[in-house]
Amino acid sequence: MIVRILGEGQFDVPDAGRAALDELEHALNTAVDGQDEAAFASALGALIDAVRKAGSALPPDAFTSSDLVVPFSDATLAETKALLEEPGGERV
Amino acid sequence: MGVMKRMSGILQAKTNKLLDKAEDPRESLDLSYQKLLENLQKVRRSVADVTTAKKRIELQATQLQAQADKLQQQAKDALSQDREDLAREALARRAALAPQLADLQTQHQQVADQEQKLIVTAQNLQTQVDAFRTKKETMKATYTAAEAQTKIGEAVSGISESMGDAGMSVQRAQDKIDSMQARAGAMDELLASGALTDLTNPVDDIQAQLDQVSASSTVDNDLAALKAEIGAGAPAQLGPAETTPAKESGEAPA
Repeated sequence: MIVRILGEGQFDVPDAGRAALDELEHALNTAVDGQDEAAFASALGALIDAVRKAGSALPPDAFTSSDLVVPFSDATLAETKALLEEPGGERV
Repeated sequence: MGVMKRMSGILQAKTNKLLDKAEDPRESLDLSYQKLLENLQKVRRSVADVTTAKKRIELQATQLQAQADKLQQQAKDALSQDREDLAREALARRAALAPQLADLQTQHQQVADQEQKLIVTAQNLQTQVDAFRTKKETMKATYTAAEAQTKIGEAVSGISESMGDAGMSVQRAQDKIDSMQARAGAMDELLASGALTDLTNPVDDIQAQLDQVSASSTVDNDLAALKAEIGAGAPAQLGPAETTPAKESGEAPA
């Protein structure tokens, strides 16, 4: 599974790491929906750490697309919410 | 749907336009390469913009710090002239500069972070440009039309995605610069108006008062020195002068 951290690059995360990421992402979703700035920052930090740790960084010339995309490491809650309103970010 | 999947959808939507343009997958390779070059230029320009913004903040911080140092010195001068009121005023103004300086430092850190990120983005794009230049020719020569459809499609969407990422990084840096520029403009105005006692204004009010105190104490000192001089040499020299006709001009004695 390829995960991109915006502004940083892509990581190849083994499928075994998926469950842990899902759990961390859940915390991020909750923080976004609950407008909780502090929870957002810590959930985002934890998710990014997990991606970096579980995955191996792909070289910039891997030329492959990602399955999942993580916001910028220093993204704010407001910025992320605004981004999620853009086309393609619909919940479906 | 989670944030990561939604983010992925947004990035895809941003880059779909590029893929739609080319009908022949081989053509899309050249188009992608062209876009990659343009993207690299854009990111490089953005690095330059961020660096300029950073320099401006540094300049303002230096000016503010110089003001704070000057006020500190004025407070010392005032105390040595027994003007505690002036010293207090100088220190109060100095204290008022502290939050402004702290704000500039925060802004500086943010801009420096953006700059660093964009530099890495530019380096990555450069690597992609170099690698893709040869890769696209190999792909064109190797793949049959059927293979090209999928293989090239995958490479092109990978490239589009990283360009989308770079584009978002540039936009983000630009947003930060824009919001900072408004504040930097306000700070420049504040510095220029003298509200922060502009450095380019050589004599501010505290300095004027200190100069005045210092000037009048100089006069006092000179006066005292003169009196001492006169007191010491007077009996012998000034005594006979009392009888001179100069008195008749109507001048009052000192």
